[in-house]
Amino acid sequence: MNVTIKMVDEVTVTEISGELDGSTAPVAQQRVLSVATVGCRIAMDLTEVPYMSSAGLRMLLSTYRQVTNSGGKVVLTGVAEEIQDTMAVTGFLKFFTLTDTLDQALVALKN
Amino acid sequence: MTLAIDRIDIHPTHEWGGYRLRPGKPFPFGATLVPGGVNFSIFSSHATSCTLVLFDKHALQPKAEIPFPDEFRIGNVFTMVVFDLDYESIEYGFRVDGPFDPQAGHRFEHAKILLDPYARALGGRDIWGKSPNWDDVYWHRARLVYDDFDWESDRPLEIPIEDLIIYEMHVRGFTRHLSSGVKHPGTFAGIAEKIPYLKSLGVNAIEFMPIFEFDEFENSRIHPETGEQLLNYWGYSTVGFFAPKAGYAASGKFGMQVDELKTLIKELHANGIEVILDVVFNHTAEGNEQGPTISFRGIDNRTYYMLTPDGYYFNFSGTGNTLNCNNPIVRNMVLDCLRYWAAEYHIDGFRFDLAAILGRDPSGAPLANPPLLETLAFDPILGKCKLIAEAWDAGGLYQVGSFPAYGRWAEWNGKFRDGMRQFLKGEAGRVGDVAQRIQGSPDLYEVGGRGATASINFITAHDGFTLADLVSYNEKHNEANGESNRDGSNDNDSWNCGWEGPTEDPEIKALRLRQMKNAVAMLLVSQGIPMILMGDEVARTQHGNNNAYCHDNALSWFDWSLVDKNPDFLRFVTRCIAFRKQHPALRNTTHFRNQDYVGSGYADISWHGVHAWNADWSSDSRILAFLLCGKHARGGTTPDDYIYVAMNMHWEAHTFEIPSLRDGRVWRVFVNTGAAPPEDIWEPGREPTLPDQHYFIGPRSVVILVGR
Repeated sequence: MNVTIKMVDEVTVTEISGELDGSTAPVAQQRVLSVATVGCRIAMDLTEVPYMSSAGLRMLLSTYRQVTNSGGKVVLTGVAEEIQDTMAVTGFLKFFTLTDTLDQALVALKN
Repeated sequence: MTLAIDRIDIHPTHEWGGYRLRPGKPFPFGATLVPGGVNFSIFSSHATSCTLVLFDKHALQPKAEIPFPDEFRIGNVFTMVVFDLDYESIEYGFRVDGPFDPQAGHRFEHAKILLDPYARALGGRDIWGKSPNWDDVYWHRARLVYDDFDWESDRPLEIPIEDLIIYEMHVRGFTRHLSSGVKHPGTFAGIAEKIPYLKSLGVNAIEFMPIFEFDEFENSRIHPETGEQLLNYWGYSTVGFFAPKAGYAASGKFGMQVDELKTLIKELHANGIEVILDVVFNHTAEGNEQGPTISFRGIDNRTYYMLTPDGYYFNFSGTGNTLNCNNPIVRNMVLDCLRYWAAEYHIDGFRFDLAAILGRDPSGAPLANPPLLETLAFDPILGKCKLIAEAWDAGGLYQVGSFPAYGRWAEWNGKFRDGMRQFLKGEAGRVGDVAQRIQGSPDLYEVGGRGATASINFITAHDGFTLADLVSYNEKHNEANGESNRDGSNDNDSWNCGWEGPTEDPEIKALRLRQMKNAVAMLLVSQGIPMILMGDEVARTQHGNNNAYCHDNALSWFDWSLVDKNPDFLRFVTRCIAFRKQHPALRNTTHFRNQDYVGSGYADISWHGVHAWNADWSSDSRILAFLLCGKHARGGTTPDDYIYVAMNMHWEAHTFEIPSLRDGRVWRVFVNTGAAPPEDIWEPGREPTLPDQHYFIGPRSVVILVGR
């Protein structure tokens, strides 16, 4: 698992690649939260995440809560269909804004 | 800014075989995630030592066996924190040592790896019906759970019990049929997709048949015609009391059944629907001395089970063993379990299977003041939960009307079912009994100071015929269960309307439909809490099978094409439910006084027959009518319309004289089951006026009028 962070149009894009599970999710969370400033806008690009365990989904929601609690916004992009399905039946999906592409995520974060 | 200081107890103090440890905390029991590790805690009154067994998920052999150091034991509780475990990738069990002395009640066996009774999630049956590896040394594998679900502002709905309309549902059966059209058939997620249907039907509570983890493969019988392996489809045989059935979750294969069930409950609550669990505390899946040793038997047999003086299992449940519910330790486990479901899953109520057992002492004798039932009734966490007893057991204890209630417990009213069925099929001499049932059975509950809400009224439930079969079969037809039709009840009070089973005879079909409408109408105008069996609203059939516990197939599943095939009947049921919700006079909490105590000129309830004010109570009567005075609704606190119900269960038509109204009120026709659709039932609130004070009521028909 690897996290790459870059700025695109005042939006922080965190590209995660690899599986998110009990051992990798805490590392990913630490990296994402390290750039979560007050009022930040974060696009989490999960295009390269083939699998997300319960711990991975918990990491997303925990990150979402921390960012929104400090006035920030989070959008997920590129979430694999099977992961979206698991997120739907386990209730995680409804907390998030999801987009298919990073460009759509940037638009969503600006609105 | 506040700086957090690390806790001292996040640091290990001991080490064993490369695992870093420290003494744990005895509470809570089970496995709890703590900073840096997992706290394990298990009790046994008679064990001499205990070993924690760790597996990698799905591995056939343990990865580690860590004995609880003796200095980690407090009293009879073995407890230990193990650090650096990946909570998602391990499964755990215990070896418990002690004497193997069955006569003294002890059945410890070091060779067995045992399931934690407090395990909150189980692997081993992750996908429903997938054949298990029978050579596995550990069948039902305890897993770790993060109890951090985001409920937002949800909590149990606390709908007043008198307002409930309960829908009894099998989780898998509701959407497993391909006609359901849901994305994940047969799962919690599938039910969530069908919430719009439940809302349009109007029910406001779902009672799930057992969802605690059970083993669907606990059945060795074969379908005599197809040769297929029969299953334990219903699941009245608990393996893990704290764990939701993984095979009922679309996400069970990822171990996320806890989140999926909580998501369903949250969705149901958001739509105004409560969740009641059917819980089975009377026995476990371990059976008698010939059954598998899964958990309790090997951990503390003498504590958990009711044993005969020579160490055999009492069998008040009819399944081999009986949980020793009034032992203080077992009582605490039951309490912990219910508190967990109420607090962690926001469960609204519980229905206790064979609850009479919960009032027996450790030798099996019925107790006057059973500690368990009292404890549950007064528990603060369960303080707003509905508690419903199936007030009988397989040992012959029948407590309908006498179940120890402590002002809290309601009961499945078996006498309502029996009396209403007998009346429905046209038996003479039932009107006196029916009058009691319709009033919420004051003959059973008034003496104990219990109101109409003590009575859960039902005509059909999972045990027995469906409604469609009740009017289509005189006898049970359980051959497919593989026991030569010996299983299942022979006392069904059913009537086939002239032909056993399916027929194309239009008269018989019309009569059956009418009888179903009669049953639904009478159920929904009775005081007490109505319960409807899943699928009865669309005339679901089990082809005469009255004990379909073993059929995971179309016999048991809800066939959604029936929604399109029986729209008139579905409309009838839906409107009867809506009518009940519209009229507080049908939902009283206290019993009628049979007098006028508000000065309306009418008693709260009055009885009638073909002549107004003159009911026929004679032994050959099959006719009864009653009038509810709207000014007496809810003890006179909630003015309502007047409601008149005439039940003609005679095979001939009769003209009924309708009692007259005052103050310019007129009678309007809500239901006439003798009329063809659409005039069999009207939209509540838009009923046409009754032209005449006399009403010609057809054979075996029910009429409901509303006066306003």
